[in-house]
Amino acid sequence: MPVTAMREDRGFIEINAQECKGCGLCVEACVQKVLHLSPHLNHYGYHPAEYDGRGCNGCGVCFYACPEPGAIRVFKAVA
Amino acid sequence: MPEMKQTHGKAQCFYDTYERKGELTHQTHYCPGCGHGISMKLLAEAIDELGIRDRVILVSPVGCSVFLYYYFDVGNVQVAHGRAPAVATGLKRARPDSIVISYQGDGDLAAIGSSEILHAANRGELITCLFANNAIYGMTGGQMAPTTLLGRKTTTTPFGRDKIKDGYPLHVSEVLSSLEAPVFVERVALGSTKQILAAKRAIRKAVETQVKGLGFSLVEILSPCPTIWKQDPVEAQKFVRETMAEVYPVSNKCDRTATAEPHPAPAPAPDLDELPRILKLPAAAPAGTAPRALREDLDCRIKIAGFGGQGVLLLGQLLAEAGMDDGLEVSWLPSYGPEMRSGTSNCHVRLASKPVDSPLVTKSSVLIALNEPSLDKFLEEVEPGGLVLYNGDEIPEDARRQDVTMRALPFFEIADEVGTAKAGNIVVLGALLEALPLLPAEIVDRAMARVVKGEKWLEIDRKAMERGRQAMNAVVSAVVSAVVSAVVSKEAHCHA
Repeated sequence: MPVTAMREDRGFIEINAQECKGCGLCVEACVQKVLHLSPHLNHYGYHPAEYDGRGCNGCGVCFYACPEPGAIRVFKAVA
Repeated sequence: MPEMKQTHGKAQCFYDTYERKGELTHQTHYCPGCGHGISMKLLAEAIDELGIRDRVILVSPVGCSVFLYYYFDVGNVQVAHGRAPAVATGLKRARPDSIVISYQGDGDLAAIGSSEILHAANRGELITCLFANNAIYGMTGGQMAPTTLLGRKTTTTPFGRDKIKDGYPLHVSEVLSSLEAPVFVERVALGSTKQILAAKRAIRKAVETQVKGLGFSLVEILSPCPTIWKQDPVEAQKFVRETMAEVYPVSNKCDRTATAEPHPAPAPAPDLDELPRILKLPAAAPAGTAPRALREDLDCRIKIAGFGGQGVLLLGQLLAEAGMDDGLEVSWLPSYGPEMRSGTSNCHVRLASKPVDSPLVTKSSVLIALNEPSLDKFLEEVEPGGLVLYNGDEIPEDARRQDVTMRALPFFEIADEVGTAKAGNIVVLGALLEALPLLPAEIVDRAMARVVKGEKWLEIDRKAMERGRQAMNAVVSAVVSAVVSAVVSKEAHCHA
């Protein structure tokens, strides 16, 4: 189902903080540099990745960098 | 505000949650930054994109990726170390419509399983192999693998891999692409976004190669192992990109997809009802005619010994085959030297009404000694009350026992009279069954017709069998009652 974004970005991502192991590969891969590791720990004791909240272009690179099957969901503006 | 829609997310062929060790149901079991997770995702996307989820059988190995079946909602088989391509071969041949994908690490595929992968590839099996190469044994704690880079310190190469002592890194993709059969072999890497996207294309193409029926496909995936390499995930990714890729060139090694012809569909397996006819098995065994004691509590342990070439093994095989046809529990254990002729040869046969616990006969109830050395060697182990048949005119004086029934007959001379001394073993069979009605004559005859190749030989063997019966009948009539007690089970003795 289409979701409406908060800002005029071309995309955004959702990170499942419980699935994330804080490896940081998505932070490294992100072209727009809009990801960081949370200062907080998740249930399993990792610092999960977080989206800065702005600047995503929905390219999907973070999804392929991530080793977990469903930790990252990428949304992109409908052309 | 533009409208947004999801473009990337969990592949449909993954389970929603993973039923593993209670609470860890959200995450895979892989370490942070492990390459297996990414490889798995790329495979899952290929399966989803090709719409083959219901046809996929995933063969998981021994190693870190052993738990694929916790994640993939497809058919799953987990196999012994290194054997994934062999099992995948069987699965694909038994279920030609399925898409069989094996997934192995480098310890599994390149070391213990090097034979399986080499021959599956060389046979051009219609399977897809994913080979995660992280150049180390990960699950077991970091031992050197055949793929480990020169100079790398591991727990088994504490001073670094040395080319003189430890050999060179094994280039699996190059080796396999040198064969004629493989249709698609490519090495990819997980060292950067660009490499990961190239890996995705290669994995999809490898699976597609099987979907199209073209032949064997393999993708080697250079994969990071941050934990064992003692690097953080970002450093490990860089190591893959810069160091591993230098030793293991990332490129397509062989692509015959444009020219390969699809394999013809295999002939359908015959109907189960057809099998007895194809295997020339008797339709149904007639009820046995042996005395009651022999039917219900039979536990006959037969040792047959002689020279190689006397037909020792065939004689045992005939007994076991006929016993099986008669509904008995049987075993046949041959033991012979490397010579086809003139070495020593013996076999152990068990015919029993209850399941056979061991095929080994250490205490025999029947000994068939076709030469003197065999008699000398095995006479001692015959159970008291047992039966000994010896090939000769008489039992040698120094090999006589009072507590067993011993009969000597010149089996091979008798056989010579019916046409050939080679049928001596069948004369023995006739004599044995005359002395001890273990098996109904008609069942033995049917087993013989199946086992003996050629009409001419069957005719000679039937004559030999009859002569054996006659010869035994002439020398003894009371053997049966004397030895029956030796061939019934010990439990039966207790009940008696």
